[in-house]
Amino acid sequence: MPLLALEFPPITHLVEWPDFFAAGEWYALNKIGLLCLLSMAFTLTIFFVAGRKAALVPTGVQNVAEASVDFVREGIVLQTMGEEGLHRKWVMPLLTSLFWFILFANIFEIIPGIQMPATARMAIPALLALLVWVIFNGVGIANQGLGGYLKSSLFPPGVPKALYILVTPIELISTFVVRPFSLAVRLFANLLAGHILLVTFAVLATALFEASVVLKAVTVLPFVMLVFLTGFEILVSFLQAYIFTILAAVYIGGAMHPEH
Amino acid sequence: MALPALLAQVAGEDQIAFGEAISAGFAYGLAAIGPGIGIGYLVGQAVQAMARQPEAAGMVRTTMFLGIAFTEALALIGFVVFILLKFA
Repeated sequence: MPLLALEFPPITHLVEWPDFFAAGEWYALNKIGLLCLLSMAFTLTIFFVAGRKAALVPTGVQNVAEASVDFVREGIVLQTMGEEGLHRKWVMPLLTSLFWFILFANIFEIIPGIQMPATARMAIPALLALLVWVIFNGVGIANQGLGGYLKSSLFPPGVPKALYILVTPIELISTFVVRPFSLAVRLFANLLAGHILLVTFAVLATALFEASVVLKAVTVLPFVMLVFLTGFEILVSFLQAYIFTILAAVYIGGAMHPEH
Repeated sequence: MALPALLAQVAGEDQIAFGEAISAGFAYGLAAIGPGIGIGYLVGQAVQAMARQPEAAGMVRTTMFLGIAFTEALALIGFVVFILLKFA
């Protein structure tokens, strides 16, 4: 037996889960689907519990909910859309629930016993990015009209007329194709990379521990790394939820007014 | 040993796996260079801006995260290409 031969599991074992409910049917459920439902349920629970009997001096769950609403208002909406974002009543609920849903779906990455981020499968980030795409295009068309929205997003003002031959195709692709694509891939790839990183060090630690007595002492190195990376992944979970939400806010805010 | 010489030693169907493994490594390695430099420069400038004008720190931090998100996307696409080449 070679000294350091590691049996790294194939990637399908890391991210693919069998259906445990109604396999083969259209409503089949696997671990990822269950985690998505849980994220939604947690998000709903937090705000229902916090809002049921709202006290003047918040405690417990209400504190968390109010802090997050404050964070989304001060850190995301006011920074990207200004006062106008607060006047439109649908902006705050949309962004706050988006933030919480992504945060819960991400944080499952480090919960012992689950350890699988729901956002590490492309379907969930892709659906969220599609939602944001539909909303910011809808906002643009509703506020500027179809012609006005296309004109302001495809023909940015202040460019020499002849350059529109170059600028317009670039703007077309970057606004309507690259935006949703990069929004989805950013969330997906960050979480998938984090998941694979954690698996790598966990596999390394186990393999070293089960190897010869000499190598047992070295086990502490990948284990310490694993602990550090788990902390790092908490940070990544928050950061990616924040970045997805703030980019959604930037895109929606940009579609509200023509550029000038 | 040079790559062509290595390739000549690999027979038939293994050449595809060989090519995939090599290009997967190159795909991620090359994709990480540009964004690495970019994010380093970006955060460095943001820290400098925050040190010079601490009262603008909040605004600088928001813009910094936006910039990081855009820059980082390229490296992440490289990572996805690596996964697709290696495992798909």
